[in-house]
Amino acid sequence: MPEHDVLVIGAGLAGQRAALSAAREGASVGIISKVHPVRSHSNAAQGGINAALNPEDSWESHAYDTVKGSDFLGDQDAIEIMCREAPDELLELEHMGVTFHRNPEGLLGTRAFGGASAARTYYVADITGQAILHVLYEQLMKHSEVRRYEEWFTTGLVLDESGHCAGAITRDLRDGSMELFKAKSVILATGGNGQCFKPTTNALICTGDGISMAYRIGAPLMDMEMVQYHPTTLAGNGLLITEGARGEGAHLYNALGERFMEKYAPNKMELASRDVVSRAEQTEINEGRGFPDGTVALDITVVPRKRVHEALREIVNVGRDFAGVDITKEPIHIKPGNHYAMGGIKTDVDGQTEVPGLYAAGECACVSVHGGNRLGANSLLDTLVFGRRAGAHAAARAREVVLNPPSDALLADEEQRISELIGRDRGSARRVSELKQELGETMDRHCAVFRDAEGLNAALETVHRLKDEYQGVAIDDRGSIFNQDVLAAIELGYMLDCAEATVIGAIHRTESRGAQFRTDFPERNDEEWLKHINLTLGGDGEPHISYSPVTITQWQPEERKY
Amino acid sequence: MSDYTLKIRRHNPEQGDAPYWAEYPVDLEGHRSVLDGILQARDRIDGSIGIRCSCQAAICGSCGVRVNGRARLACNTKLSEAAEAAEEGPITVEPMGNMPVLKDLIVNMDAVHWKKVQRIVPWLLPAGPPPEREYVVPAESMIDVTQAMACIHCGACVSDCLSMEVDPLFIGPAALAKAYRFVGDPRDAQDEERLRDLAEDPHGIYDCTHCFNCIEVCPKGVAPMDQIMRLRRRATRDFEISDQNNGRRHEHAFTSIIRKKGTLDERKLLQDSFGPLRPQGAVELIRALPTGLRGFARGKITPKTALLHEKLPGIENVRRIYDHAEEHHEELNLYIVGEGGEAEEKEPAMGETPEVTT
Repeated sequence: MPEHDVLVIGAGLAGQRAALSAAREGASVGIISKVHPVRSHSNAAQGGINAALNPEDSWESHAYDTVKGSDFLGDQDAIEIMCREAPDELLELEHMGVTFHRNPEGLLGTRAFGGASAARTYYVADITGQAILHVLYEQLMKHSEVRRYEEWFTTGLVLDESGHCAGAITRDLRDGSMELFKAKSVILATGGNGQCFKPTTNALICTGDGISMAYRIGAPLMDMEMVQYHPTTLAGNGLLITEGARGEGAHLYNALGERFMEKYAPNKMELASRDVVSRAEQTEINEGRGFPDGTVALDITVVPRKRVHEALREIVNVGRDFAGVDITKEPIHIKPGNHYAMGGIKTDVDGQTEVPGLYAAGECACVSVHGGNRLGANSLLDTLVFGRRAGAHAAARAREVVLNPPSDALLADEEQRISELIGRDRGSARRVSELKQELGETMDRHCAVFRDAEGLNAALETVHRLKDEYQGVAIDDRGSIFNQDVLAAIELGYMLDCAEATVIGAIHRTESRGAQFRTDFPERNDEEWLKHINLTLGGDGEPHISYSPVTITQWQPEERKY
Repeated sequence: MSDYTLKIRRHNPEQGDAPYWAEYPVDLEGHRSVLDGILQARDRIDGSIGIRCSCQAAICGSCGVRVNGRARLACNTKLSEAAEAAEEGPITVEPMGNMPVLKDLIVNMDAVHWKKVQRIVPWLLPAGPPPEREYVVPAESMIDVTQAMACIHCGACVSDCLSMEVDPLFIGPAALAKAYRFVGDPRDAQDEERLRDLAEDPHGIYDCTHCFNCIEVCPKGVAPMDQIMRLRRRATRDFEISDQNNGRRHEHAFTSIIRKKGTLDERKLLQDSFGPLRPQGAVELIRALPTGLRGFARGKITPKTALLHEKLPGIENVRRIYDHAEEHHEELNLYIVGEGGEAEEKEPAMGETPEVTT
């Protein structure tokens, strides 16, 4: 029965950063991941990481851009911490070995990114997330004192008698055996829940596991209605074309050949913040100025060829392999697509949730630094800064508390639940994949760039019906070794929790702010809605709504123009 | 109507059965991927088909499999292309090679690939404490190692590496490409020690036999063999490491013979590689005797070819290639020149020194 001071669940950037930081503080650390760490979805962050490192830049400028990008819903104390700590975080990564792009003087070089008033995005070609993820994994291989549990799936969190989080129950994918991990502090770093939507830029593993598990043991979720649609994704499969393409100078055109961003964001044009650009594109498409496949065009041919090869290599591959387009020669058709959850488990600036002993960091958490809309290249920063802070705080907590071991009966119950699921008769139940498909399409239809009460209520009804149907869901695989079928079923349960919270938040927020645009409430309403929506699971199994204030330090809400 | 048929190699050790092939009809358009096909079969026909997959965008490296016998990422192999390669029959999908199968298409990468990565000391070893700000390094050096950094550890090169098939202890293409990521990184202070270690290891950089499989199967253009050759060049040219495997002398002998004669004179290769006056050379010559005799018996070696090795007609063209390569010895990679060197203005990319060792 493994026991650690700090147990990290999830091994993307936030999880690995948290594990390294907790280990540096002297804690015994275990890190669990349902996939090998380098498979984590942090890989997919292409464009870069923001930091006001240049002497001409300032953390205040970065913070203001982030506050404005968030449509004033981000908590400014947290944003200040993130932006102040960004330069040191970046330098530490550089010292660890990340191969950041250099300028001709050999110093760290930047590229422009959306919603930013200075070029402060540091990058490795267009594989920034991958490069950082792999370098952190190098550090994990170096620091073998951090115990890695790769391809272990977490089925639930456990509380001790006093209601403190004291571990997790997991399933070893290799042989199906289950373990109760005991820990003084547990850090969730399980990423987002983009799989609730279809299509999405998110990988198949992004099923909101941590968000749901935290919710189930009583931690509040916050800002769940804030779902980012990225402006440049491929129609159909949802694959991401980095914002770095626009950062390098690429233009957007509608089917009439108009550079339509002139109408929506005359100053920042293609580099307005993502909610603004996605809304502009969707408006063009809805009003009949898109292409017949429901897209607009991204023209990268204006970027010099040599620069494309050096800085946008992955996009060359994606265009060639997945769209049959040579982006150095012709425009590529794109549309807004589901990309990122600004909301998540409510935490403070040290990653603490409202359940003692439980922490969260990265996309599954909501500190909130992104508020209504995340700026490009702030997500890597969020994972690293708050991953590190959560790791350090969790280690400090572990020094102070004694482990109050959770009951072994919890493990037996969970084993029973899973084996019942595996052994269940199929009968007439629909497959997990069918329920998942319906969920994804429903969310994309009603909970996307433009929303209204009618659509959202229809979505909620569907989610509730799917939740009922899910109770009887059956699977094919009766085995123990790599039973991915049973994992998919458990993941669908996580996704349904996340989707429900998202829709409820969206219904409840009767205004338009950031990524939430209600066609029936098209204005931002600071008087009523300059606050976070929190959802807590009640004893009745229903989500309960409460509010928390937005922390404002030095930037009062103002009209948002790009 | 089914558009394609996937023939998947199934195996669940739990059931105690031998591996078997099962066919699944797939109802998808040709531009969709083999992974889409496998997932459709899993969703519609049999939920127990095992395959790792996640990003569906050739980024996470999970879905390495063999399609029609060649290692690929299932997610960036189009059904239409796979069907074409399969000619008349169904598209075959089986687990990657050189690694033990855990279930169906899932192999044990820890037991092979990650162990080898761990072997090369896969973390930066700078000299002393870090500077206050960033390390100041040439911009090109970071772009240069980006090609190796682009590796997603899918295992395709490991799967199809012929050297590893013969010598399972070979450190292998992926891990050695990772080694170049440190050797080529100016912040790493242990480049000579790393190179010495990898040259002296009998399963190290001289264990590669240039079959090019790793370059062909790599879905990310990492070109692992090129990285291995760069490790060799750094070892020999920059540090003049004379390894116990005789790799350096062998390489030198090989290139000298080709420069002189245009084709390989294998009689001289052995002599020059080991040197007839060195005891190891004599031992190797005696060890090579049976091979030579078999060559005679099968007519591959005739008394004439054994005694005479004529220069290739037009040898001056071979020497021009050498001259060109020596003038253009800068290291180029995909991140600098693009596919086939197309970003270069005038000449086609001949910047890579042709490696002509065996």
